[in-house]
Amino acid sequence: MVIPSAGSPAPALELSAATLELGGRVLWRDLDLRLAPGEFLAVLGPNGAGKSSLLRAVLGQQPLASGAVRALGRPITRGREDIGYIPQQRLFDRDTALRTRDLVALGLDGTRFGPGWPSRGRRQAIDAALERTGLLDRSRAPLGLLSGGEQQRARISQALVSAPGLLLCDEPLLSLDLAHQRAVSDAIDGHRRETSAGVVMVTHDINPVLGLVDKVLYLAAGRHLVGPPTDVLRTEVLSDLYGTHVDVLNVHGRIVVVGPPSESGSP
Amino acid sequence: MADWIAQLWGTLFNFDDYGALLLLLRNSILAGAVLGVVGGLVGYFVMHRDLAFAVHGISELSFAGASAALLFGANVVVGSLAGSLLAALLIGVLGTRARERNSVIGVVMPFGLGLGILFLALYQGRASNKFGLLTGQIVAVDSPELVVLLTVSAVVLVALAVLWRPLLFASVDEDVAAARGVPVRALSIAFLLLLGLATAVAIHILGALLVLSLLVTPAAAAMRVASSPPVVVSLSVLFALTAMVGGILLALGASIPISPYVTTISFLLYLGCRIVGARRRPRGARLHWAR
Repeated sequence: MVIPSAGSPAPALELSAATLELGGRVLWRDLDLRLAPGEFLAVLGPNGAGKSSLLRAVLGQQPLASGAVRALGRPITRGREDIGYIPQQRLFDRDTALRTRDLVALGLDGTRFGPGWPSRGRRQAIDAALERTGLLDRSRAPLGLLSGGEQQRARISQALVSAPGLLLCDEPLLSLDLAHQRAVSDAIDGHRRETSAGVVMVTHDINPVLGLVDKVLYLAAGRHLVGPPTDVLRTEVLSDLYGTHVDVLNVHGRIVVVGPPSESGSP
Repeated sequence: MADWIAQLWGTLFNFDDYGALLLLLRNSILAGAVLGVVGGLVGYFVMHRDLAFAVHGISELSFAGASAALLFGANVVVGSLAGSLLAALLIGVLGTRARERNSVIGVVMPFGLGLGILFLALYQGRASNKFGLLTGQIVAVDSPELVVLLTVSAVVLVALAVLWRPLLFASVDEDVAAARGVPVRALSIAFLLLLGLATAVAIHILGALLVLSLLVTPAAAAMRVASSPPVVVSLSVLFALTAMVGGILLALGASIPISPYVTTISFLLYLGCRIVGARRRPRGARLHWAR
């Protein structure tokens, strides 16, 4: 095992021979993956391939059948403060009695005991996280009155406020319009560049983040592939992974996978 | 007609010998004030966790426990505490998902109420003891009882203060809270137990049928007019205090249980907040929000 030192920072995420089973079914087996600080990993694959389960495993919510996961040089435990999480979008009820900044505050110190008292440092950290997603002017607005896209940006601020060294995102761009997709991916990318945080993004469509992605993890049919997008997203490579012919097309700069079993459309 | 109205007024509000009554019933007023604080704070989380129906379910089992204690000559407060905590545990352990929880409550509640009525029917003592458990009573707070009520209230307040942030996190944003290591399941059961304690205390003054006016209405009213947590919590406590203490003060001289006074003040506050809140959040906001 490599001992992290100042000269060689620990990988943001490291999976070694990791196997995940769910209800007796193997989702993926012998997964080896190393994500350097500041790297952006897109996790692709059909529904039920174990993409979200991978995030759950890194969060310590889903034990592995075998193998090991380490994040930022330490083994996984539940409730790591240095791992940020952005869930799939679920809208807040219109009547939720919480302001935008209160959601962000929960990301900062919501796990600690006691009621929590206001302080200058706390306020500044929350403002900075809201600034990052362009939501500072909506800081005191009731959360339920924010648009879906604004709520998702609030979630990004919530995840960034604790300055995580590893950011896990589960379909953060789902059902957002282009402008909000842009705002969300820019905020995530900005944080990555400034703090060298690793990013793992589960997505069904790589195109909105294609320019940011360093590595792709493609999960399908109990098997997996890891590599740069140009190596993985190719007709012969994915056909081999699926065990049946699929086409990877480049349509005006967008990558489209056509014909995988149980899924069609974008990767 | 005028006579009839004057007579009704005299029954509802009677301020003769008010000073002496105040002195005599200061324990009730103190208990009411403490209960107001507890109700306002617990209600904040009841609303965030969407547990209004659970409050009702717990109070009916609490009532069953209290009437069993009455029948068997045990301590009534202990009986209501036992009933409450049992209900809270049942709801917490059997009902993890909201839909499942509501059906558990719907099953448990009438069973509890039925048991309570059975015990009361068998009870041969004073009728006002029976009626008081359902509708509340002002004189029920004698000093030994008061000590228990204050102790239980203190336990609830301290536990809420300690658990405040993780409980809020788990209540409004369960998935992310769980991802960040907040023990959401344990907190869910812990809060139901606290709710059980608060309910058991409240039924001795307000009665099993009307505890919702303390544990739901003030917080619901506050949430219509504010969204900042410190403001919502302060308003919720203020409303609950106003309803409890105001209700007791109005009811002092009358021969009617205090609960109608408390529930009416509580309801009027809610009505006012809805009117103010309707201006604050225009209906058009929904269009802006829709996907």
